Parts: sequence; C-alpha cells; structure tokens
Amino acid sequence: MPADRASVSVIADVMPSVNQARDSQRRRWLWAGLVLLCAVACLSMFIGTHTISPAVTLAAIFSFDPSNSDHLLVMHLRIPRTLLAMVVGGALGVAGVIMQGLTRNPLADPGILGVNAGAAVAVALAIAFLGIQDMAYVMWFGLLGAAIAGVGVFVLAGVNKGVNPVRVVLAGTALSVVLLAFTHMITINSHEMVFEQYRHWSVGSFQGRGFDVLLPATLLIAVGLVIAFCLSQALDTVSLGEDIGQALGVNPLKIWCFAAIAIVILAGAATAAAGPISFVGLTAPHIARMVVGPDHKWLLPFSLLIASTLAVLADVLGRVVGYPNEISVGIMIALIGGPFFVFLVRRWKISQL
Amino acid sequence: MIQRRYPLQAAGAGYVCRLGPFSIVYQPLHLLVAFALLLLVCVIATYSMTLGKFNLSLLQVVDAIRGAGEGGVKDRIILNIRLPKVLTAVFVGAALGISGAVFQSVSRNALGSPDVIGFTTGAATGAIAQIVLFESGALEVALAAIVGGVVTALVVYLLAVKAGVVGGYRLILTGIGIGSILSALNGLMLVKGNLDNAIMANLWLAGSLHARTWTHVYPVLVGVVVLLPIMMVLKRALAMIEMGDDMATQLGIRVERVRLIMIFFAVVLAAFATGAAGPIAFIALAAPQLVSRLRQSRAMSLFSSALMGALLVLAADVLIQWLPFQASMPIGRMTGIVGGIYLIWLLTRSRQF
Repeated sequence: MPADRASVSVIADVMPSVNQARDSQRRRWLWAGLVLLCAVACLSMFIGTHTISPAVTLAAIFSFDPSNSDHLLVMHLRIPRTLLAMVVGGALGVAGVIMQGLTRNPLADPGILGVNAGAAVAVALAIAFLGIQDMAYVMWFGLLGAAIAGVGVFVLAGVNKGVNPVRVVLAGTALSVVLLAFTHMITINSHEMVFEQYRHWSVGSFQGRGFDVLLPATLLIAVGLVIAFCLSQALDTVSLGEDIGQALGVNPLKIWCFAAIAIVILAGAATAAAGPISFVGLTAPHIARMVVGPDHKWLLPFSLLIASTLAVLADVLGRVVGYPNEISVGIMIALIGGPFFVFLVRRWKISQL
Repeated sequence: MIQRRYPLQAAGAGYVCRLGPFSIVYQPLHLLVAFALLLLVCVIATYSMTLGKFNLSLLQVVDAIRGAGEGGVKDRIILNIRLPKVLTAVFVGAALGISGAVFQSVSRNALGSPDVIGFTTGAATGAIAQIVLFESGALEVALAAIVGGVVTALVVYLLAVKAGVVGGYRLILTGIGIGSILSALNGLMLVKGNLDNAIMANLWLAGSLHARTWTHVYPVLVGVVVLLPIMMVLKRALAMIEMGDDMATQLGIRVERVRLIMIFFAVVLAAFATGAAGPIAFIALAAPQLVSRLRQSRAMSLFSSALMGALLVLAADVLIQWLPFQASMPIGRMTGIVGGIYLIWLLTRSRQF
C-alpha cells in the first residue's frame, strides 16, 4: 500500500531527528551541569571557617607562596577537600546507578553490597583495638573492610551459581545488619573516646582530608568509573530482566562480576575516604532518572554530575551554616537534598526502574 | 466436610476444606511451618524463664505459671520479672513480624519494613531528641519514640498521596527522602550533643528487654491480639493488590482503603513494639522473608511471620544469656545478628527465590 509505505517512511524520517534533538538537549543539560559543578567547586575554594579574601585565594592557586599561611591553608586543605568532595560524590552517584540497575530495586544503594557496613566495622575495630586516629590510616582499614564485605555478599548470595537480584539484595542487607550490629557492640563496650571518634566518622565528613587521602581515593575511583562506563550498555540489557538480557546475548554472570568490582571500588573508596554518606548513592540515580529516563548511557554521567554537585554544595553549606564550627557533609547532604528529593517525587512523573 | 486435592500452584498442592457455604484453602506445608513455629516459641519462652542470675528449674517455672507454685521469692521472680520480659519479647517480635509482612506486600519489595515509610527513623528521632535535648526519663523517651514514628509515617503517607492515590513506588521514594532527612537530624543530634547524652542515646538505639514490667507488655499484647485477626481477614485483599492496582480494582477491591488500613495497623503495631523495647533491628525485614523461604512460597503470611518474629527475639534473648563474657549485648543488636545469620544460612542453602 503506497499510503502505508509513505507513513512508515515518514516515521523512519522523523524518529532519528527526534532522537537527535533529544540527545542534543541532553548534551546541553550535561554542559549546564558541568558549569554548575565548577561554580560550586569555586565557591568551595573561597568559603571556609577561616576567612580568606578571594584575591588571596586566587593568588594561592596561581602564584603559590609556601611561606604564606593563608596560601598553605588553601593549597593543603581547601583544594584537596573540594576535589575529594567532587570525586566521592560522583563515585557514589555512579555506584548507585549500577546497584539499582543491577538489582532493579529502587531501595538499593551501594551499601547493599555490604560496602558501608564492612567499612564501618573495620573502622570501629581500627579505632577501638588498634587506637588508630589518623584519617589516612583509617581509610585503608575502611577500604579493606568494604572489599571483604563486598566479596562476602557476592559469595553468600551464590552469584556464581546463578544471578538472582532478590537474593543479592537480601544477602547484602543481612550481612550489613550483622556487621553493623557488631559495630554497635564494639562502640557500646569500649572506652567512650572510641565512640566519640567513631560518631564523627559515622556521619561522613571531608574535614581534615588532605592529599594523602585524595590521591589514592581518586586513582581507585577513576578505575571504577572506567569499568562503570564500559558497562553502561550491558546495564541497559540487564535492567530489562534476566531472561530478556540472556536472550539478547549478555552473560549475566560476567556483568554482575564486573559491576560488583566497580561498586566495591567506587563505594568502598568513597566510604573509606569520607565515611558513610548514604543519601547521594540512593537518590542521585532517581533524580537523574527523572531528568533523562532509564538509558544508562545518559544516566551514568547525569547521576555523577548531580551527586558530585550535591556533595560539594553540601560541604560548602555545612561550613556556612555551622559557622564557626561546621556540620559534616553526610548530614548536610540529606538535610538539603532530602526536601528537594521529596519535592521532585511529588511534582515529577516518576520514571520507574 | 469435603476435602479435595486442589492444584493451587506449580510448586505444591493445596487442599480445600468446605463446610456448608464456607470454604478455606490450606496447604499442609504452611500449616506445618506455623505449627512448628508455635511449638518452638512456647518451648523457648518457657526455657528462657529458667535462665537468669537465679537458677530455676523448668518444673518450677511451669508450676508458677499454672498458679500451683510454692509461693515466695521464686514465684515472684517468675511472675513479676521473667514472665513480663518474655511476653514483651514474644509480642514485640510478633508485632514487628506482622508489620514487616504488610510493608513487604504493600511496597512489593523484599526490603520492605516499617522503615520504608520512615517509621523507625522517626521513632529514633523522637527518642534521641528527648534524650539529647531534654534529658528526660524512660517513659517520656518511649512516648516520644511512638509519637515520632507515627507522625513521620503520617507525613510520608500524606506526601505520597497524589489525587487520592498512593502508589507503592511513590510511597517508597517519599519514605527514602523523609527517612534520610530524619536520619541526618539524628546524626546531627548525636554528633553535636553532649557526649554523655549521645552515649545514652546510643544505648537506647540498641533496644532493650531489661526491667520490663507488665506496663510494657499490655499495650503491645493487646495490639497484637486485637489487630492480628482483623489484618488476617484483610490479608486476601492486600494479596490481590500485589498484582497491581488496576487488576485489584477490577477484582472488586477498594485498593486505597485496604492499603491505608493495613499500613495504619502495621504502623500502630511497630509503634507499640518500639515503645515496649526500643528499636529492635531487622525482625520486620527478616521474619517474613524467613517464613516465605521455609514455606517455599512467596505468598504473605501474617500469622507465621508473627511467630517467626517472636521466635527470633526469644532466640536472641536466650543467646545473650548463654554468652559467657561480661560485655553488654543489647537485644536490638543481637536480633540483627541472629536474624541476619539465619537468613544468610537459608539463602546459601536454597536455590529458590
């Protein structure tokens, strides 16, 4: 039929251009997000509990003078701190997307793989029994705990015998609860200074993290990000369900293994560096999904940007609101991000997993 | 009374029991599980009354409860100290088990628990505020926890209602948002509060069965005894809603009304439980999951979940009394360990679900 053929060709002509238009719009949004992130990062360089004039801050960045204490402060505290906030936030945002895509569960955050709980118990042990106080060492214990717990959940859920998202989610939650119960018991039964130190770690903070924390964390997270972005197409097929995914020719076990490695690296490094920050990993993917829909090619970068911006912004606001002290970032993120998230859920059409 | 084998599902077979115009479908395995759980609860409850600083024999316990005891100190210990404690454990566990089963059905999510609607976090906020900000006594703390939890649940529900409909998905997302705001507030109070008060709050968060009297038992006992039968009647409608709102409406179920009533009852039960023993971790999440694994069926079971919840709390309590060392082992954490390890063990054993 000529009429039918005509209408088909019209659709074929229109579809790519619609897609192109949507893609270029998304690209514009992505650039806007990047600009916003840079702006917030600049704010973070200029604002702090110790007042330094913008001119001095700029001078510290462009013509660093090691004998000037203000320059030293900017160089060794504010810059690594800002960068760490960007890196940690982004890592959690991406890890959250992978976790929710894999398990097809909106309640899944990176902590589901036991990463947060593993880090928490390792840190509590390090503080209580080894008396470690330096953040740079605490970080390595956190990372070790996160990795062990992640592998543990993977093995306990029997992923090698066949992938079942509900089992992974349950095994992860069960192991997390057990580990957190041990953590709680350690803090209850040890000296009160242990609890004092642990409670500050447990809310998540970028305070006092220098280059010795930033560099290893960034390297690890970069590796994790590369794996994550390589997985974006595979995640699309996995989130269609195991059967369809298999029919489309993906090997679920392989994807799960790589995804688990990425999550443990990303969330483990982030938690080890900054303490448990649960909110971003859980909500940034939902916000990104409301903006760009379920396509992982776009979901991953958007979630990264949203989470990163939120982390830096919360860190800045924590310093402003709490002045002359500061409110740690884990708390601030939820306090400013939570109402925003509820508002979005009410206003926007929810894009289900 | 006619009995007929009736193929209900591919996995197992059910029987129909008819009496005049009434009929009821039952499955032997389900009855067996419920009966075994009931038996175990009774045995462990009686046994746990023999444990304590003052050793009593099983016979003395049974006699004292029958009212045929020899009188004196031993009877008073059993009737005024150990019996209230054991009954608190049983009914707190039962209330949480029921509550969890309802929330897992409403949210259609294996991770469902009263926490989905922000209840647990809200209860903690109320209690921590009382302890850290107002330094009040135990009764005020319990009341504040109940009020905090119920108000939070109400706020989440109202925020999730859109045009008179609360979708399961929007309820989950709103619960995540409100829950993370409140848990940030909790963290803030714990970090900024005076260290002694923060340690007190940390102890409350661990839950307790110490020094429970009959005033602790009655509210939660009456709640379970009154609400469980009503909820078991409404259970069928809720199970239909699991197939989707549209399908359930076509089958003649008033979806919103059933959902609202069930959520309300579940929150009330969780509130009574929290008031009686503080936050007891993981029972609400684990009990329904354990039951569905034992029964090899995904169908929700309120009665068996209640028994499983009671069993877990009792087992945790007995385990605490068995442990030889002098460390303080809060019941709320022990339930996490017992329930978590049991769930992991079941997960590694079975390939199903």
